[in-house]
Amino acid sequence: MTTAPTPVPTPAATDLSGGAGVLTATPVPRKRVRSLRRLGGSWLATVPLLLFFLVGFGLPAVAIVIGAFTASSDAETGAGEFTTANLTDSVQGAYQTALWSSVKLSALTALIATLIGLPIAQAVVTSRFRALREAVLTASGVLANFGGLPLAFAFVATLGNAGEITEMFDLTDHGWSLYSFTGLTVVYLYFLVPLMVLTVTPALDGLRVQWREAAQNNRATGFQYWRHVALPILFPSLLGGFVLLFGSAFAAYATAAAMVGATVPLISRSIADALSGNVLVGQGNLALALSLDMILVAVLVMAVYLPLQRRSARWLS
Amino acid sequence: MAQLISRLRVWRGLVLLLAGVYFLVPMGASVWFSVDTNHGIDFAAYTGLLSAPGFLDSLVLTLELAAVTVAVLLLLLVPALIAARLGSARLRAVLEVVCTLPLVVPPVALTAGLIGVLRWGPDYLMDTPLFQTFVFVQDPKFPLVLVIAYVLMSLPLAYRALDAGLRAVDVRTLVEAARNCGASWPRAVLTVVLPNLRGALLNASFLTLALVLGEFTASSILGYQPFAVWIYTVGNSQGQMSVAVSVLSLLITWVLLLLLSTAGRERRRNTTTH
Repeated sequence: MTTAPTPVPTPAATDLSGGAGVLTATPVPRKRVRSLRRLGGSWLATVPLLLFFLVGFGLPAVAIVIGAFTASSDAETGAGEFTTANLTDSVQGAYQTALWSSVKLSALTALIATLIGLPIAQAVVTSRFRALREAVLTASGVLANFGGLPLAFAFVATLGNAGEITEMFDLTDHGWSLYSFTGLTVVYLYFLVPLMVLTVTPALDGLRVQWREAAQNNRATGFQYWRHVALPILFPSLLGGFVLLFGSAFAAYATAAAMVGATVPLISRSIADALSGNVLVGQGNLALALSLDMILVAVLVMAVYLPLQRRSARWLS
Repeated sequence: MAQLISRLRVWRGLVLLLAGVYFLVPMGASVWFSVDTNHGIDFAAYTGLLSAPGFLDSLVLTLELAAVTVAVLLLLLVPALIAARLGSARLRAVLEVVCTLPLVVPPVALTAGLIGVLRWGPDYLMDTPLFQTFVFVQDPKFPLVLVIAYVLMSLPLAYRALDAGLRAVDVRTLVEAARNCGASWPRAVLTVVLPNLRGALLNASFLTLALVLGEFTASSILGYQPFAVWIYTVGNSQGQMSVAVSVLSLLITWVLLLLLSTAGRERRRNTTTH
């Protein structure tokens, strides 16, 4: 824009003022941007999402709450009336067993996956080979999403009654059964451990080499470094990861449904059974009450997870 | 020191080896299981797939559902997230809550809620347009109710991916620069902001695609037969074929993810050389 330097002062002055003119011209569209913002133009673009959310998520949520507190329409008496019977039923007897066994399975698998995932992630982070790191993280990304039916079938082929490994080592004679609590634990770890690796890797990346060096210079042993420096820093990430795994295992349905059938009672399977009508007459809304129980557990879990996630994010920046 | 380093290397190698064994053995055993018959190795489980009843129908249905889900999700999320970047922090907080809430509701519970809503229809609202909507949404040829469920389930994942992408670019400066150069609003977003989000868009689409391909809970309880439900039915009668499909589905996911990560790496290299 600036032309070659001119010896005459007056054109230079006009050139300068021209430059200033361009500068003063810029605020015009910017003001328009700001006024659009003030007018709520940005809200407009979020309306479809919020509307979809209100209808697609809000209505089912309302249906769950209303249904959980209403007597079923096929009940002998009091159809459509307010009742807490569904909720009391949902935490008693067989349903209590299912809920408890779901919580137990999720907590146990999440704990084991945390303990296994941490050393794997550490091995990857400290490795000299970039390719290894990329390969492990890509693999974790795939495996963490490898839940559901394919996982169940892969394990049936491996460790099921006629599975390859079962037959190779005669595991059945040693008391092994895939269709049990233990079997389910082994299967769940297959997607929970990679999920943990993905979750803690950024946190491990955040551990500075200097901290380790400082600890070493102060004659700290490796154990002392982990006990007093690394683990306290990692703790929010680890606990956050644990909670994420818990939620993931707790919500899982397909794997257990395809694999163990009814041998291990789980809350997600109880809901599916209640929905498909395999339940006593007059308890149609029991499924919604069970869903409410499940949501309450998940809410508790999230209430722990979200603040922790924010806190661990602070360490990474 | 050298001793410590070599000891660490041994330890690291051992950990990775054990993990490798645990994660590779089921895959190897599955492949072996799917080809191993009484008369030796036979690939019938794979070759018979195409002609298996219901295979193509369920696969097509799943792919259609996936395409519509990805489209709906991006159309809802992308404008909202860009607007939130340009707008107030309060708006961003609202979107974060909205997009994280579905995490709290497990798929089974969400399905139960959807069934609860759908049950309202026939009871009180016969002969109304709303009832027609309920019927339309449950059309077995293309169950829109599943799209709703899938969009909700993938909302947290897609939000994370897109939000990370948006954080990496200065949307406000980009848009204002484009506007100052005389670009209209749609043009500024389409030709300036979106190309910068290519990686994030791909990421979000891929995660959604993977979710829809493997989704079983909602579709099986609602009684439709997309791919995952078909695998389940096959698994009851033909064990080998269901394992073969599992192996294939893992391979496909793997290839997709590898393509995605190489695409991301090449773009990164391009931007650094420029």
